Amino acid sequence: MSLFLNVTLNGVANGMIFAAVALALVFIYRATRIINFAQGAMGMLTTFIAFSLLDKGLGYWEAFVAALAIGFVLGVVVERVLIRPLHGKPEINPVIVTIGLLVVLEGLAGSIWGNSSRGFPPAFSQTGLRIGSTRLDFSHLDLFIVGAVVAVMLLTLVLFRGTNLGLRMRASAFAPEIARLLGVRVGRILTLGWGIAALAGSLAALLVAPTTSFGPYFMDLNLVFGFTAAVIGGLESPVGALVGGLITGLSISYVGGYLGSSLQPLGALALLMVALMIRPQGIFARPQARRV
Amino acid sequence: MARHLLMAGGGALGFYLLTSALSPYDDFQIGEIALFAVALAGLSVLTGGNGQISLGHGALMAVGAYTIALEMTHTHINFVVELLVSIATATAVGVVVGIPATRLKGPYLAGMTLILAVGLPLLADKYSGTFGGDQGLTTTPPTAPGSVNPEEWLAWIEIIGALVTLVLLANLMKSRFGRAFRAVRDDEISAALAGVNVARTKVLAFGVSATCAGLAGAFLAVSTGVVNTGEFPLSLSIGILAGMVLGGAGSLMGVWWGAIVLVYLPQWSTSLSNAFNLGSGVAAYLATMIYGVVLIVVMLLAPSGVQGGLRRAGLQLQTTLQRWRPE
Repeated sequence: MSLFLNVTLNGVANGMIFAAVALALVFIYRATRIINFAQGAMGMLTTFIAFSLLDKGLGYWEAFVAALAIGFVLGVVVERVLIRPLHGKPEINPVIVTIGLLVVLEGLAGSIWGNSSRGFPPAFSQTGLRIGSTRLDFSHLDLFIVGAVVAVMLLTLVLFRGTNLGLRMRASAFAPEIARLLGVRVGRILTLGWGIAALAGSLAALLVAPTTSFGPYFMDLNLVFGFTAAVIGGLESPVGALVGGLITGLSISYVGGYLGSSLQPLGALALLMVALMIRPQGIFARPQARRV
Repeated sequence: MARHLLMAGGGALGFYLLTSALSPYDDFQIGEIALFAVALAGLSVLTGGNGQISLGHGALMAVGAYTIALEMTHTHINFVVELLVSIATATAVGVVVGIPATRLKGPYLAGMTLILAVGLPLLADKYSGTFGGDQGLTTTPPTAPGSVNPEEWLAWIEIIGALVTLVLLANLMKSRFGRAFRAVRDDEISAALAGVNVARTKVLAFGVSATCAGLAGAFLAVSTGVVNTGEFPLSLSIGILAGMVLGGAGSLMGVWWGAIVLVYLPQWSTSLSNAFNLGSGVAAYLATMIYGVVLIVVMLLAPSGVQGGLRRAGLQLQTTLQRWRPE
C-alpha cells in the first residue's frame, strides 16, 4: 500500500516536470506553429551555465534568475538566426533545424563541461515530508516544483486569453498576413514567443536538475515525456499540458514502479499511441475548422 | 522502368570494377555505404516524398538486425528467408507505430519515432536474456562461393540489395502510389478532397521506409558480426536523418552522398580532432555535432541537399549553353 502511495506521489511530482516541458512546447506551438525538438537541450544548456555560476560563488536564486534570463536570450537568438530565415518554406524545415540544434547543444555541453554526471544543488530540502509518523516520497522540493509549474500555467493562460499581447501572439501564429495588415509586428512577436518558451523550458530544466544525475543528456527523456504530455493534453492548451503531464507522470511512475524503469519510454509510447487512437486532438482541444 | 534498370545495371558494373580493384577492407566499406544507402533511400521517400520526418530509423534498423541475429542464433534456415523475415518484422513495427501517427498533422511522427528510438534499445536491455544484453548476439555471414573472398561477396550482396531497393523505390515514386505520397505531402486536405486516403498513404510510406531500414539493419548485423544496443544509439537515427538531408530529401541518387558521409565521418572526425588537438572529450561528441551542424546548415543554405545543388548547377549549365548557341 505504501508502495502505491509513494509511486503515486512520485508520479505527481514527475508529472509536474513533464507538464513544464509540455507548457514550453505548447507555447512555441501556439505562438509559432513549430515543434521545438531542442527545447530540452536549450534548457539543459542554461542549467549548465547556472551550475558554472554557482561554482563561481553566485547565490542560488541569483543563478536561477540568471539562467532564466539566459534562456530567454537563447530563445530569441535561435528564432532570429535559425528559424526566421525559414519563413515561407516547407513546415518541415524548421523542425529539422531544431533536431540539428538539439544534437549540437548536447555535443557542445558535453565538450565544455565533460561527460561525468555531477549533482545540481536543490533549492529546497529533498527529504520526504512527514505526515504523522510516516515519511512520504514527496519533499519540499517537489512541492516547489508543483507550485512553480501551476503558476507558470496560470500565467500562460492569462497571457494568451486575457492580454493584448496574447491576442497579438495568437494572431501572428494563425494568420500572419492579416495580423500584419492590422499593424502587428509579427516578426517581433514571434521572437518574443520563442524567448518566453525558452524561459519556460529553462525553468523545467532547472526544476528537474536536482532530482536526477545531471549530464548533457538529462533532458532527453523529459523531452520525450513532455512531448507525450503535450500531445495527450492537446498541443494548444496550457491546461491540457498540465493534465497531460499528470497523466503521463502517473502512468510512467506506475510502469516504473511495477514493471521496471527501462520500460518507461515504451510505456510512454504505448500511452501516446492509445491516446492518439482514442482522442487524437488531445483532451482539451477546441474543434478546428480546416482551411483548404 | 527501363531507364531505372539501365542505371542500376551501370551502377552494378561500376561497383564490380571497384570491388575487384580494391582491398578487402575497402570492399567492406563499400558494402557499408550500400547498406546505408538502403536506409537513407527509405527515409528519403518518407520525408522528401511524403513529408513525414522519422527520428526512429536507427531503432527500425535495430529491429531488422536483432531479428536476423535471433534467427541465426536459434534456427538454421536459408539466408534469404532470414533476410525476408527481418524485413517483414521491421515493416510490421513501422506500420504499428505509423498508424496512430497519422492521426495528427505535421511533425508528430517525428516525436513518436523519437520515443521509439530512445525506448527500443532499452527493451533489449530489459530482456537481456533473449537479446544478449551488453555483449549482444552474433551473426554469421553467408559463405562465399569458391575463390571469392568473403568481404567482396558480402559487399556484393549489399550492393545488389541496394540497387534492387533503389529500382523498386524509383518505380514506386513514379507510380500512382508515388503521386499519392506527393499529394499528401503538399496539401493533405486537397489530397483528401481528390479522393486520396491520407491515413493509408502515410502508413504505406512509413511502412516502405521501415522495410528499407529493416533490410539495412539486417545487412549491418551480418557485416559487423555482432548486434548489441550500443550499435543503435539515438545518434544513429540523427545521422541517418543528416545523411538523407545532405543527399537531398526525396532524391534517390542523393543517398549515395549521404551514405559516404555516414561511413567515413567517424574517421574524418577523429582525424579532425587530432589535427586540432581537441582532446578525447570533444572527439566523442564531434561526429554527432557535425551531424547537427549538417542538418542546420543544409536546411538554411541548400534545402535540397547535394543532389539538388547538382541538379540546379546542371540546369544552370544547360541554360548558359543554350544562350551561347549561335542562332
